[in-house]
Amino acid sequence: MNSILAIINKDFKSFFYSPVAYIIIAIFAALSGVFFYLYTSNFIEAAFMDTMRSQQYRMAAQKFNVNLMLIRPYFWNIALISIFTLPAITMRLYSEEKRAGTVELLYTTPIMPVQIIIGKFIAGLLFYIVLLIPTMFFQSILFMYGSPEFFPVLSGYIGLILMGSAFIAAGLFISTTTENQIIAAIGGFALSLLLWVIGWGAHSAGPLLGGVLDYISIINHFEDFAQGVIDSTHIIYYLLFSFVGLYFSTKMIESVKWRA
Amino acid sequence: MISVDGLTRYYGDKRALSDVSFHVKKGEILGLLGPNAAGKTTAMRILTCYMPPTSGAATIGGYDILSQSMEVRKITGYLPENPPLYHDMVVNDYLEFVCRLKGIPKDRFSIEIDSVLEKTNLGDERSRIIGKLSKGYKQRVGLAQSLLNNPQIVILDEPTVGLDPKQIIEIRELIKNLKGEHTVILSSHILPEIEQTCERVVIINDGKVVAEDTPENLTNHLKGIERVFLQVEGKEEDIRSALNSVKNIKSLNIDSVTDGIVKVSIESDVDLRKKLAKTIVTAGLGLVELSADRFTLEDIFLHLTTKEEAA
Repeated sequence: MNSILAIINKDFKSFFYSPVAYIIIAIFAALSGVFFYLYTSNFIEAAFMDTMRSQQYRMAAQKFNVNLMLIRPYFWNIALISIFTLPAITMRLYSEEKRAGTVELLYTTPIMPVQIIIGKFIAGLLFYIVLLIPTMFFQSILFMYGSPEFFPVLSGYIGLILMGSAFIAAGLFISTTTENQIIAAIGGFALSLLLWVIGWGAHSAGPLLGGVLDYISIINHFEDFAQGVIDSTHIIYYLLFSFVGLYFSTKMIESVKWRA
Repeated sequence: MISVDGLTRYYGDKRALSDVSFHVKKGEILGLLGPNAAGKTTAMRILTCYMPPTSGAATIGGYDILSQSMEVRKITGYLPENPPLYHDMVVNDYLEFVCRLKGIPKDRFSIEIDSVLEKTNLGDERSRIIGKLSKGYKQRVGLAQSLLNNPQIVILDEPTVGLDPKQIIEIRELIKNLKGEHTVILSSHILPEIEQTCERVVIINDGKVVAEDTPENLTNHLKGIERVFLQVEGKEEDIRSALNSVKNIKSLNIDSVTDGIVKVSIESDVDLRKKLAKTIVTAGLGLVELSADRFTLEDIFLHLTTKEEAA
């Protein structure tokens, strides 16, 4: 346990030693901020137009649902931005250790491969949560000036964190396979893109394959969370996905042992 | 304390170590000597549980390196060839991280860190960023890391490579001070280092142990042989025929011929200097230079390793 904490502590801090982390945070905040602005202004415009119309025709004004019209599509957006940001977080998680030769320290001190992997995974996840903080700030503005339901926001963040952990586990695995950060990043992006796009083919594929593709597509499982529904099948999907990623990462490190 | 028995390791088809065996007693400093790519690093990586051997066995402090690897790691400190440093960390934070990895209780962190910083003379640098340190200091941080938790066994892979002469002397002193309290394996391709710090030497070449003895014994081994260098003015054939008449010459080599001056080196069991001088002068050749040379560990090293290559 102590060794896991040591790895978490070191890796989480080391994100902030490199300028890459700040660039990622800045880009993530800027993109999610721009989308928040666009969605909010669209929403306000629609609501404003409706009020005008209702006054003109002397009808009762429509009820505009912030959760449905603003928060839900906004969560979708954050999920998409995340897909393309997470590989940049995971790329250096392990490959940097390989490049710098510090794996020699990790492999020769009493720490087990699984502890190294879990520590790095949690450090990556914590960094992802840091990335999400600005979006929480944006959403809190909605609560200040309106009265959206709180639960869908909470479930949205739970969904984001679960989806993020799946991507981090997958990205960490790619990072264990190479000592080159660029390759790790490109591999991560390719995997993200593939897992996202794969669901598109589901409609044109046969019923069996279509169902499989639909299930594999990582972002489809996020849909319910964005709507405020916490469904155990989706939780299981993400947890299973993370577990498989971590399992293969551990095996990848241990493979040094049986490649003799 | 350390016993290595028939270690063999392949990288794909390439054999890096073949049937290497040696033993190290408690408190002893053993030097692993060999040219680059001889298999020293491979042997050390196997002993530190970084990777397993293809075949063979080794025990460290009574623990098997394969089945009890965690126990082995607890009692071993290892400095790899490239010190495993996180360049953007501060020295103190780095050592604290290693303390945690080694499972040292938190209340002993500062005692352990202070003691290794003192041993490696790094006290003033503890709050500096590792990446900004000079190569010598980085090496010392690596060494400090390996000494944390006062390990019974210290394995150092080329600890003085890339240091300036003053730093080399300091590191050597430090290694000598480890003697008795720690069992040390040290690798190097630099001979004086091994000669000065180690009590026993294992010479490895091409993955095989070619010699194992104390530095003194290894030198004595070839001490009986006298080597004489000659520079003679004259024709090569004349010199050859003149020298052929001298008895007890074990080997005779014409090293080079420049401007009519022939450089010859001769090996023999006995001191031939007087006889050689007399022969050359009576043959009417011009003796320009005559000097004797003793074998050093360096020659033994070259002798053993080049002989291996030829075979």
